[in-house]
Amino acid sequence: MVANLGYGSLIIAFLVSIYGAGAAFYGARKNLPSLVDSARNAMLLTFPLLTVTALSIVYLLVNAHYEFPFVDEVISNSMPFYLRITALWGGQAGSLIFWSWLMSAFAAAVTLRKWNRDREFLPWVILVSLVTLAFFLILSIFVENPFVRLWQSPIGNITTSVLQPSGTTLYIPSNGNGMNPLLRHLGMIIHPPMLYLGFVSFVIPYAFAMAALITGRTDDRWIRLTRRWTLVAWLFLSLGLILGARWAYDVLGWGGFWNWDPVETASLMPWLTGTAFLHSVMIQEKRGMLKQWNMVLIILTYDLVIFGTFLTRSGVLSSVHAFAQSAIGPLFFAFIGLTFVASLSLLSRRWNDLRSDAEMTSIYSREGLFLGNNLLFIAVFIFCFWGVIFPVLTEALGIIGQKIPALAGIFNGQKITVGPNFYNSTTVYGFAGLALLMGITPVSAWRNSTAKTVGKSLIIPFALSLLIIPVLLLGGMRSIPAMIGFWICTFTIIVTVNEFWRAARARHRAQKENLLLAFWHLASKNRRRYGGYIIHLGAILMGLGIIGYYFFQTETQGTIPQGGQISLGQYTVTFDSLSVFNTSDNRNVARAVISAYKNGQFVGELYPRRDYYNESQQTVTIPGVRSTLEDDLYIILADWQPLSTTGATFKVYHNPLINWLWIGGFVFIIGMLWAAWPVKELEMVALQNSVPIQKQAG
Amino acid sequence: MEQVVEARTRSGGRIKFYIGGLLIFAAVVYLIVTSTRANAQYFFTIDELFSRGQSVVDQNVRVSGAVIGDSIQYDPQDLSLHFTVANVPADNKQIEAQGGLAAVLHDAVTDPGRTRLDVVYIGPKPDLLRDEAQAIMTGHIGNDNVFYADELLLKCPTKYEEAVPSQVAP
Repeated sequence: MVANLGYGSLIIAFLVSIYGAGAAFYGARKNLPSLVDSARNAMLLTFPLLTVTALSIVYLLVNAHYEFPFVDEVISNSMPFYLRITALWGGQAGSLIFWSWLMSAFAAAVTLRKWNRDREFLPWVILVSLVTLAFFLILSIFVENPFVRLWQSPIGNITTSVLQPSGTTLYIPSNGNGMNPLLRHLGMIIHPPMLYLGFVSFVIPYAFAMAALITGRTDDRWIRLTRRWTLVAWLFLSLGLILGARWAYDVLGWGGFWNWDPVETASLMPWLTGTAFLHSVMIQEKRGMLKQWNMVLIILTYDLVIFGTFLTRSGVLSSVHAFAQSAIGPLFFAFIGLTFVASLSLLSRRWNDLRSDAEMTSIYSREGLFLGNNLLFIAVFIFCFWGVIFPVLTEALGIIGQKIPALAGIFNGQKITVGPNFYNSTTVYGFAGLALLMGITPVSAWRNSTAKTVGKSLIIPFALSLLIIPVLLLGGMRSIPAMIGFWICTFTIIVTVNEFWRAARARHRAQKENLLLAFWHLASKNRRRYGGYIIHLGAILMGLGIIGYYFFQTETQGTIPQGGQISLGQYTVTFDSLSVFNTSDNRNVARAVISAYKNGQFVGELYPRRDYYNESQQTVTIPGVRSTLEDDLYIILADWQPLSTTGATFKVYHNPLINWLWIGGFVFIIGMLWAAWPVKELEMVALQNSVPIQKQAG
Repeated sequence: MEQVVEARTRSGGRIKFYIGGLLIFAAVVYLIVTSTRANAQYFFTIDELFSRGQSVVDQNVRVSGAVIGDSIQYDPQDLSLHFTVANVPADNKQIEAQGGLAAVLHDAVTDPGRTRLDVVYIGPKPDLLRDEAQAIMTGHIGNDNVFYADELLLKCPTKYEEAVPSQVAP
């Protein structure tokens, strides 16, 4: 009954979105406002319809209706209530519905805004949003339908179908697989929705960009309208990435947080192009430049969002996140190809309208440095993209070798992968360059900066930052790349903090405010600028953690008897005891008690554990971690002897500075919230008025 | 007057931008080519690995196979892990045609005619290492025809979902 309701409203939502897209298109073409209004209502209607669908799935999950294979996959009898709700995005079919539901929520929110000044955009924004939504609904209805049930024929064969095949009875398993235990972690409960929110909200700026291209209203109105959407999309995407990294560190038990798994890389790619977009739209707003480039970036970001969803959901690439191989692949590929080609042809039609109002005069002007930032982000994106598609490419190119025997040696169709080292050794230059630019750009001005003016402002911070090198040398550091990394971080921190200090002191003198108040007013007045600087500081702090981890992580492993010890650097750990017990939620837990000593001093007890989930027959390794600002001691209970709990195998990691990754992430989020915080309408008007003045300047 | 000055800086600036762009582009291409060469790993089935003979000895490759449960030997004292894997096809279409990953793995383990490969791995025994699991191993084959794995990734097919995320063994 509930399933029928959910399935019915899913079908209706699909039909409504097809109708809405058609009505928007026809209404705009024939100039029929009533039809466009009807399309608008259709777009609004998809949200309640999909809410019903999503809620009915949650109902099936909470009440453990195991006759639905989707439920069976992610729910088991012992799973608590809150996990059953989050199981909505624990499997493929449910997560696609969740995606569509978020999409419809965002689309509805956009529809409800005041459109008076921008009515010509409306039908096209509706069209783009509803076509995207319809595509995901097609996947849910025809390929990954959560509402199919299990049916048993009299001879015991089990088939799946939405409707009852004749001569069969409903088959209801008594218990399900349960959600993958690795996913039962707070980070994993929030991480997918955040990532999806980021993905989905990038559709909105894209829809406006397409509307601008179609209508020919190619000034920067679309950018101003979608500025906050872009920031929000970026906020969620960044949050999703940080939470994913934290989850990996807490649960995956290999001492790290990022392994360039194709799925991780796939969610990083739209972030890279989106970040480039976020910076380059500022050049368009201030100087009327890079209009074509901004279009390219948003088109790329949109298709990378779809590509990211595709990679996570199709299993084309073997990865930790390997989901089922399914028929989704070709459909995604067709949709990405179609939207990419259609967007680019629209862009080429308007190419000449999107010429720059001005030309760049100096590499050291702010716009010149922003362009550099864009190129570096794109470079990092290209490295990632290359690494992700390389295995697919080398396999596919085998066809060349088959057709042309002379090239068979090169294009032999053998699948070749590149490991994490490829990504590390390429992207490091891009990230280092970006970190350095963060330190240079704040002192540059629009248009007229030269090497001389920028150099003059940087000479003191540069000299100060060099002091870090002798400090590191005295501390015993000998790694040159690490020293360069730490130097860049120091330099950028000095410049950024100085920006705050300089401006706050000037205000303090001019307005007779105390420094803190001056600082507060300053940052509130120009949220994007100072929010941006806070984000930069966060990124640099994260950089400290990443440098510490990549250059200075050490590890050891060993099997020791009770009372035995393992040493790693300054640390010694002793194995005190091990207990094995069953929990009420059907886990078998082995928990070791470890005493940690640093330079002979007792610093605390750690409890690495292994949880064996009986229902899904899987083990999750939870590390015991002692975390300080200086370093993490990270211990994994790798194995233990079942008969005599006297011996156990441990892996011990020493991760210097890694906490700064999470602290930096926190600062990063605060900066984003600061920048994206809703400002009063008054300020919006002021910004809009400033447009003609900017034009004159160019 | 001002117009003229602007025009001059423009043309001078342009070349600088092109040179800068070209330099970045060249650096990107250079990094991609060198890093791809340094880090390329061939993805082989066991049959393919043996058919290449000497040419792949000591080369860094990735191999996948079905784990034969009876062959697993683990010594917790020195953390040495020995097991044998049987050849499975790598092509997804082929796997689908043979009834899905679980069926393919089962057939591979029960068929004594399949090519088999002995594997050595030093490290704690992963939990997912069990009969009829799919092992994806990164490492090299030695002259003794034993595969020395540096990295071990395991997948276990479950009832409905073909493959579930598995923990990465370091």
